[in-house]
Amino acid sequence: MTATLRPTWTAETIRRDFPILEKRLPNGQPLVYLDNAATSQKPQVVINAVRDCYETYYSNVHRGVHQLGDRVTEELEGSRAKIQKFVGANEPEEIIFTSGTTMSINLVANGWGRRFLSEGDEVLVTEMEHHANLVPWQQIVREKNARLRYIPITAEGRLDKEQLESLIGPRTKMIAVTTMSNVLGTINDIHALSEAASSCGARLLVDAAQSVAHMPTNVLSPRVDFLAFSGHKIYGPSGIGVLYGRRELLEAMDPFLCGGNMISEVHRDESTWGELPAKFEAGTLPIAPAIGLGTAIDYVQQLGWQEIHDVETTLTRRAWDVLTEIPGLHIVGPPADERGSIISFTVDRLHPHDLATLVDQKGVAIRAGHHCTMPLHDVLQMIATARASFAVYNTLEEVDILADAIRHARKVMRLS
Amino acid sequence: MSTQLDDLYNDHILDHFECPYHKGAIDHPSCSRTEKNPLCGDVVTLQLQINPEGKVENAYFDGKGCAISQAAASILCEHVEGKSVDELEKFQARDMLDLLKVPLTASRQKCGLLGFRLLKTLIYEQHPEENEHSVSPSDTLNTPVSNTDNE
Repeated sequence: MTATLRPTWTAETIRRDFPILEKRLPNGQPLVYLDNAATSQKPQVVINAVRDCYETYYSNVHRGVHQLGDRVTEELEGSRAKIQKFVGANEPEEIIFTSGTTMSINLVANGWGRRFLSEGDEVLVTEMEHHANLVPWQQIVREKNARLRYIPITAEGRLDKEQLESLIGPRTKMIAVTTMSNVLGTINDIHALSEAASSCGARLLVDAAQSVAHMPTNVLSPRVDFLAFSGHKIYGPSGIGVLYGRRELLEAMDPFLCGGNMISEVHRDESTWGELPAKFEAGTLPIAPAIGLGTAIDYVQQLGWQEIHDVETTLTRRAWDVLTEIPGLHIVGPPADERGSIISFTVDRLHPHDLATLVDQKGVAIRAGHHCTMPLHDVLQMIATARASFAVYNTLEEVDILADAIRHARKVMRLS
Repeated sequence: MSTQLDDLYNDHILDHFECPYHKGAIDHPSCSRTEKNPLCGDVVTLQLQINPEGKVENAYFDGKGCAISQAAASILCEHVEGKSVDELEKFQARDMLDLLKVPLTASRQKCGLLGFRLLKTLIYEQHPEENEHSVSPSDTLNTPVSNTDNE
């Protein structure tokens, strides 16, 4: 299953791994895909892994005693073991397959929050969270008469550490924070947050959706209690995600979704729960995507974190340089060297949606809107921003095409 | 033939965006409504002055957002003035898109039809009792209208 070893690579060479990048858009333009923070494209090995599952051994997992049942279970559990190693977890049973980050966080908010939150308790989030790490907490604190509090961000888009000190206390039961802002590109100091959580006895949940394809993920150093990510942002299939939870916490939690696979015994009026991880995997899993995610993780790991970092940092710096030369363009968040490969910006008198439509004409796919971070946009006092986000297969030439496309958009809109 | 999106931001749209028709407020409107496009946060307020004969004497809009949503609201105000409520009941999403004279993708139709949605709700509310058995306008407005074959 492991792809060929690739000691050195460049964006130009690995682009060949991604069939979609060679396709032309409906308007005949080559694709310049800069919407990687929304979702990443898929390499051929991942597509093949999913196809291989359906074509050669697909059946349901953990059920059939037939030959296909054994094979598919082996592949799925093999993927779980890869994910366990990838995030540095102690045991494969601490890896729960979900449909994505959103479901992973909903699972914790409901499964952990319903049991362990009480009236007056506090859940601490940040102003830069994605709605997926806000709305589930809003719902559970309302139910429990608990309170949701926000760690503010500084003018440069970093977490305000001084405020963090004053916000944590004996009432803090959960700190839920993103590793990397999907708008600002800010990389949060998970070490400091882990220490803060330990100091007040709170649990720490980390939303790693945005960072998982760009930097190493480790749940033991610094120690986190829960970690969530989605397959589709790490070159894997959509519809599959992961929740890591420490065993003793998962054991103590209530199940979130109930039904098949997650039970031990079902009687007419009550049931008992299955062992981990089945307890949190009710129903039939997205089997082929789960197997494809294992292949995607192999793919990323063989690229190497240092190499990924070097390529993406070069792209981000170049983008910073060429974008800041455009009149009226303002980037939000910290400097190029202190962020992930995400640049969100506004252009004076040019609405992000008009901008995104106009650069799309040049084949450039970017995102425009609030990026599922409405409270952050309130803090920024912006209704919407445009966002370019880079992945390993992007080139410096593509960054220049983006800049040209923005200049073109300004011209069309009679701004230059 | 592929759609040339530069055509989307043609003089017709950009003139309305830069110099909108009746942007502002009416002192005592007969009806007024504000709506937001949750996708991009565009906001449009539409105000109508309807005379006793049921004719729209004045239409004003106000708002903030992309060129398409704001130009479309301006074009809408220009179009509805002098029309009767009965005539406007027959005015459909397709007619609104035709007024814009540019091809809109499904995702941008939400912008182009934001003012139109307000108009339909305001007109619907003029005769709620007559419309009791008909479908509320908002039920029918979420489906994109195919206009790629505009030519």
